[in-house]
Amino acid sequence: MKNLIYINVRRVLFLSLGITFFYSCERDLSEDVQFATFPVNGDIFTDNPVGLTDQFFDSFDPATGANPEGFDRDDEVAFEGSASIRIDVPAPDDPDGGFIGGIFLDRGDGRDLTGFDALTFYVKGSTTATIGEVGFGTDFGENKFAVTANNIRLSTDWRKIIIPIPDPSKLVQERGMFFFSAGTQSTNGFGFTFWIDELRFERLGTIGQSRPSILGGNDSRFPTTVGESLTIGQLQQTFNLGSGINQTVIPAPSYFDFKSSDPNVAFVNELGEVTVINTGTTEITASIAGVLAAGRISVESSETAQIISIFSDLFADIPVDNFNGFFLPDGQTTLGGVIEEDGNNIIDYTMLNFVAIEFYGRDNSGIPPVDATEMTLLNLEIRVNENIDSGDFINIQLQNAVGAPNASIGTFQIPGSSLIANEWVEFQIPLTSFSGLAARNAIGQLFFVSDGTISNISVDNIFFSAE
Amino acid sequence: MGSKVLILGMFLLFLGCENDDAQTVARFTTLVWEDNFDVDGAPDPNRWGFDLGDGTEQGIPGWGNDELQYYTDRPENVTVQNGFLLITVRQEDFNGAEFTSARLTTQGLFERAYGRFEARIRVPFGQGYWPAFWLLGNNCDENPWPACGEIDIMENVGDEPTIVFGSVHGPGYSGGDSIGKDYELTDDRFDTGFHVFGIEWSPEFINYYVDGDLYQSITPEDIDEETDGEGQWIFDRPFYIILNVAVGGNLPGPPNDETVFPQTMLVDYVRVYEQ
Repeated sequence: MKNLIYINVRRVLFLSLGITFFYSCERDLSEDVQFATFPVNGDIFTDNPVGLTDQFFDSFDPATGANPEGFDRDDEVAFEGSASIRIDVPAPDDPDGGFIGGIFLDRGDGRDLTGFDALTFYVKGSTTATIGEVGFGTDFGENKFAVTANNIRLSTDWRKIIIPIPDPSKLVQERGMFFFSAGTQSTNGFGFTFWIDELRFERLGTIGQSRPSILGGNDSRFPTTVGESLTIGQLQQTFNLGSGINQTVIPAPSYFDFKSSDPNVAFVNELGEVTVINTGTTEITASIAGVLAAGRISVESSETAQIISIFSDLFADIPVDNFNGFFLPDGQTTLGGVIEEDGNNIIDYTMLNFVAIEFYGRDNSGIPPVDATEMTLLNLEIRVNENIDSGDFINIQLQNAVGAPNASIGTFQIPGSSLIANEWVEFQIPLTSFSGLAARNAIGQLFFVSDGTISNISVDNIFFSAE
Repeated sequence: MGSKVLILGMFLLFLGCENDDAQTVARFTTLVWEDNFDVDGAPDPNRWGFDLGDGTEQGIPGWGNDELQYYTDRPENVTVQNGFLLITVRQEDFNGAEFTSARLTTQGLFERAYGRFEARIRVPFGQGYWPAFWLLGNNCDENPWPACGEIDIMENVGDEPTIVFGSVHGPGYSGGDSIGKDYELTDDRFDTGFHVFGIEWSPEFINYYVDGDLYQSITPEDIDEETDGEGQWIFDRPFYIILNVAVGGNLPGPPNDETVFPQTMLVDYVRVYEQ
């Protein structure tokens, strides 16, 4: 279907080229024919908005909790000239909305930003809070070339912020001039004010060393079957600024050139969406402006491959009861659960002696256990967040038919020597290696047991697979 | 010193106008020595030797600056490829050090007083890197540093990608008290492309330039003034050339979690001219 549409588009293009050509001949316009270009002005706000829409600030929808009232021009405060933008970040319980954010849009059809390499501005805060997100390219439309930088640290004096453009050659017609979103996460709910001045796109020349990454920079596997799909995520790009400081941005997928080493197995579109169309193996990589991104994924498509994912970045996860059963009466000390780390969800446990992820319908939740009869492997990644001593271990346990008379528990021991302190280690454990597991038609608990030999671990990408 | 800089500045301004922004940065044009790194493999042994180890053997562990690298002559650390000399810094356990790199010298192979010493280089980047193109007096064995003299044509610390500095060290003005100056690019970097670093050295001056910009002139009078008459101009004897990338130490500080390894300093050519 997709192919057909594509062919049609090409035909239309071919036809229209022909028309243009004829038109040019007849009316003798060839010498004047130029590609449409858009204004190259980089200024966004100096003492006044420059070339922006009349409303200047387009707030996020107040229905989402955005506060449209806290935005104004301030004639008393300026880094340069006579005025700045003043943004009052509301407390979470403010009746007008608990955070502030929105965009500035070019009032015309967009600007040609290909000659610039960064969005820059001066900012100062009433306190040393952080602004959650700033960026550009968000136009409340396609947001095709959106760029975000997180956690901009404010000083109580003016400071210049530099947000590099991932690949300026893409920005031939951009309307999204500025984007920000700020709440009081960094100030314990106390509102604060920050000012922005001299907001513009610039060509600095001092930004270098582009280092894009996908999938957190990791090399991953995606065992799958025909018809499945996945979206390449965790897109980042780190630049080194002229000051020597690294600045990381989150570029929209359209800045990346995604590539499949064998498009006959799976193809990938400009949004990083991978569609598996045949059996075989293909490697998905990406680059920005010719710089290969760290991280890749091997798509391994077979007739029989099946996945049941408990907690992973790539697959649709099954519903679970919890990621920490808190068996306190049984002497569990383990704390923790799902947390976000570098934009990626992981499970983090501290004070580990034992802990379980549960998915059997605890407290009549209705969540079904996993029928893993057809599965052959348990896949998971473990990072020990402390030094590993001799005698340390983690027992992985699966319980089938939780709470039933025929319940059985199988154990697989990972010795400390197979783990690496502060580094992710990937395991693929044959389900036949779980000694004691009498059946696997209704697996409902996955335990991590260290008996206190290892106290702090993170786990991620837990799934059953059959190959 | 202040007034001299001002006079020099005016002079440069003048030149800039007269010559349509093409400054005359060097006048010595007779080539006497060069390596364009045209032959792949190990550097030409008739031109280059190596300082090896961590300085312990030389009696200066950490090369006198608490540097962290162990210098080798392995192809992993130094090789010539596609017309460039590559000095590559690696993070690896090696003879008790955490990093390996290379340091090439022309000691005993090419040593001379005066001339124009020039190289075209791209440096690495990141906290802890300390690449350099410099000259050392050829009598340091009998007349220990700083008495034997050091002329730093280009030094850079990796956390300042837009800045290089040129300086001289001698008796009474060495280490942190050396005499020199920064040169900053305002719209470019030293780690993303090649730049030409040079000095023109005569009995009366050492002039420093980067690309087409003459940015510093050090004279015997400057040394006299800067050191209140204590320092001595000792740049009247043969010196030899050194190319190296150090890691850590007193000047750049140690690498951090964000420093990228391995990285390579590329040298396109080294040339020496006389008047």
